[in-house]
Amino acid sequence: MSGKSGQDSYNFNSQQSQVIIKKKYCRFKKHNIKYIDYKDSNFLLKFMNEQGKILPGRITGTSDKYQRKVGTAIKRARFMAILPYVADGLK
Amino acid sequence: MQEAVKSYRQLVAEHGGVMVGETNWGLTKLAYPIKKKSTGFYHFFEFQANSDFQAILETAYSRDERVLRFLNLKLDKHAVVYNERKRKGEIAPAKKYESKEGGSSI
Repeated sequence: MSGKSGQDSYNFNSQQSQVIIKKKYCRFKKHNIKYIDYKDSNFLLKFMNEQGKILPGRITGTSDKYQRKVGTAIKRARFMAILPYVADGLK
Repeated sequence: MQEAVKSYRQLVAEHGGVMVGETNWGLTKLAYPIKKKSTGFYHFFEFQANSDFQAILETAYSRDERVLRFLNLKLDKHAVVYNERKRKGEIAPAKKYESKEGGSSI
């Protein structure tokens, strides 16, 4: 994760010396979202990859607390057949 | 589909529940086939009821062949607010969802 630049912070963008590092943030904290709706498939898609897997919070920047909520929401949506368990070329 | 919804509405009322809101998605494509059906009707109820009503409701669902799948949830306070705002003025604790058979499946 940290690559060449010593610190173990958000450096995956920095190739050699200085690429602009855009700091990730938790969108739920930023926009003060308290509840994640499992029925909203388009929103949940932002936290999944094309195969329908849940993206880690480290990639999306979601904090642990909300990452757990995203996880349960996606799992509920899958159970209800709103989202697929396995997919190819979602999005 | 309409009768099924009506019968559950009635069931909630019979056991002293209060319906807070309902959403119907109509005929919707399922993300994967359930009982060899590729489409289904989604209907969401939001209601308040005693906790022992859950068991009654779930047996009713599982006995009902029209219901393909159901999910019964207790909504937390944020969910309640969210739902309320979503429909601009509605919703409360237990939420359930039910889906019914989707006619011809292929």
